[in-house]
Amino acid sequence: MRLLLVVLLDGLAYAAWLFLVSAGLTFTYGVLRVLNLAHGNLYALGAYLGATLLLHYAASGSEIAATLGLLLLAAVIIGILAGPLIERVFLRRVYSRDEEVQLLLTFAISLILEDVTKLIWGVTPVVADMPYTSFGSVRLGGISYPWYPFLLVGVALGLAGFLWFVVTHTRLGKVLAAVIADREVSATLGIHVPRVYTFAFTAGAILAALGGALTAPMFSLVPGIGADVLVISFAVIAIGGLGSIGGAAVGSVVVGLARSAAVYFFPELDLFTIYLIMTLVLLFRPQGLFGEIEIRRI
Amino acid sequence: MNRYRKVLAGLIAAAGLSLFAATAKADPPAGAPASLKIAVVAFLSGPASGPFGIPARNAADVWIEKINREGGIGGIKVIPVFTDEAGPADKVVTEFRRLALEEKVAAVVGYISSANCLAVAPVADELKELTVFGDCGTARVFEEGKHAYVFRTNAHTVIDSLGAARYLLAMKPDVKTIAGINQDYAWGRDSWEIFQRSMRQLKPGVQVVDVLWPKIFAGDYSTEISKLLVEKPDVVFTSFWGSDLVTFSRQAKARGLVEQSIVLVNNTGSDIKDIPATVLIGSRGPGPIAPPDVEKDPLHQEFIQLYKAKYGLAPNNYIAHGAYHFTQALQGLKVAYESAIKKAGRWPTTEEVAAALAYSTFDSPAGIIQMAIGNGHQAIEPAPFAVIKQDPAIGAHVFTEIRSFPAACVNPPDGMKSLDWIDRGFPGAKC
Repeated sequence: MRLLLVVLLDGLAYAAWLFLVSAGLTFTYGVLRVLNLAHGNLYALGAYLGATLLLHYAASGSEIAATLGLLLLAAVIIGILAGPLIERVFLRRVYSRDEEVQLLLTFAISLILEDVTKLIWGVTPVVADMPYTSFGSVRLGGISYPWYPFLLVGVALGLAGFLWFVVTHTRLGKVLAAVIADREVSATLGIHVPRVYTFAFTAGAILAALGGALTAPMFSLVPGIGADVLVISFAVIAIGGLGSIGGAAVGSVVVGLARSAAVYFFPELDLFTIYLIMTLVLLFRPQGLFGEIEIRRI
Repeated sequence: MNRYRKVLAGLIAAAGLSLFAATAKADPPAGAPASLKIAVVAFLSGPASGPFGIPARNAADVWIEKINREGGIGGIKVIPVFTDEAGPADKVVTEFRRLALEEKVAAVVGYISSANCLAVAPVADELKELTVFGDCGTARVFEEGKHAYVFRTNAHTVIDSLGAARYLLAMKPDVKTIAGINQDYAWGRDSWEIFQRSMRQLKPGVQVVDVLWPKIFAGDYSTEISKLLVEKPDVVFTSFWGSDLVTFSRQAKARGLVEQSIVLVNNTGSDIKDIPATVLIGSRGPGPIAPPDVEKDPLHQEFIQLYKAKYGLAPNNYIAHGAYHFTQALQGLKVAYESAIKKAGRWPTTEEVAAALAYSTFDSPAGIIQMAIGNGHQAIEPAPFAVIKQDPAIGAHVFTEIRSFPAACVNPPDGMKSLDWIDRGFPGAKC
């Protein structure tokens, strides 16, 4: 019983992290129908800027409780700077092109952003784990857990609730739904589709950077962290259904709990778990758990 | 006036002698090229660039500058061609061919990834390109094949994990239970295999309570740490490096794992300022962890001074082990060239340089290197281990309780495969 509790706690903490790092990717795909391969780099930029702000803040000896605000600020700065720039200058030119062209373009942007990150922060690991230790710890199931990962569970639930509310209960949500359903018809109804796209991509970029910023206190940061996150985020949203926020949430919980159980009971399968689930889901439901089959338009 | 003339005559004579000496020193052997191009290949991008690639490249840079200041190799100036190792093995091999065929480098020094060393070795033989591996660890390079043009001037990976087992038993002879957490790829698997086989030989009855295989660069180890906290092994062995080592060890510290179990790391693959105190750690050959004889070696001290002057250093003079390995490769090449020149009385062929390097012994910033196994193509080195402690005097982490296991204690004899040697109880080991 005690072991099951520990498996559950670890699984939920990991699921929260998975949701936070994959929400931006699925949101962007949901609205723009573009798989953003630069998602991992926006995550990395958010992580690095978050860590930098944390280190400056810690040096000033200020209150640790305000660090979450700093991490949010880092995400907003990265999203607002990079989002409109990438969408208006690059993506806008390829919406009507084949998916391969869109993938190549976002891949090129990811390579550029990788080098930008290295130019600014260098290659030596950046460590800013003050919140991980300073928020204290709690004993559960007989072992010590820091509060920080559980704080992320709260943030992930809050974020999922916020996104659900925006999409289903606001005018903005209705506009997004209309654009997703049909760009041309939305434009004829008076919706400024290009502006919606810029907004959606910027929101996706902020979410990606937020995932990174909230991760900064847990991981040491080095070049290349974005690539791994892109792969795992893609697996999660493929399981949940590309473009579905609810799917990303469910996919995160499924993968989080399965991986935790694998580490405890079948450690040899740790690496394999997420891809096993993805394979099984895609075999029986190619559109993912919450994805919808798209009817090809002529 | 007479005195003035005498002094002047003396000065002119001294100047003439120095000019003669300088001319004599600069006289290259017959058939020498105008310059000696040497490729230096290391990770200049990607996750391995920070802990390994960039320090190795910087070390090669300062060491080649030193060689050139002192007259080059055999009187010929060395020109480095720095190249990025990043990318899949086929890209690395293509780049190797370009260096050999288009850049026409005299030798290639470097390679940090074991996969790249395995991919490059047969191509080096095919192109008859003198290649000195600078850091990669897999023992398979010379245990599974002979390579006439390929050398490795640092020890292979067996000393990392066998050294860890010997150090652990020196520090905690009554160890009963061990657990492993290693990245799920060749390095992690090899490290654990060597460690647990060595432990079973050195301490029969030791119990393996857990073996965990997270993905490389997984980032989050909370679940694994929870499980290790539940299992309560005496020792947690890991071969993590780079950001994985930093993240794992700091999460382990925050959750009390470092206090509950001994955390034993088989390599200094990260800056020790980021790794918690009390962790036991080793180095593939002397360098970052320097036993007293290496600490006193003038080349060791000179390397630290040169590196510090050009690239700066932390208060504990810490330089990554890959950096030392690259200077070893350059020293090996220099000594082999000069020995071959002396023997031939002219500029030597590639084959003559290779013959001079095989079974040679030379001094380096990591102490004396012996090319003793793998048909004289593979170096053996001692295995130094230490405990990380915070030194309040300099405000930095330092290595304490240093113990270095002799090369003959942690390396198999020439001609014997490492795992066979371990399973047979280390025949011929001199500890």
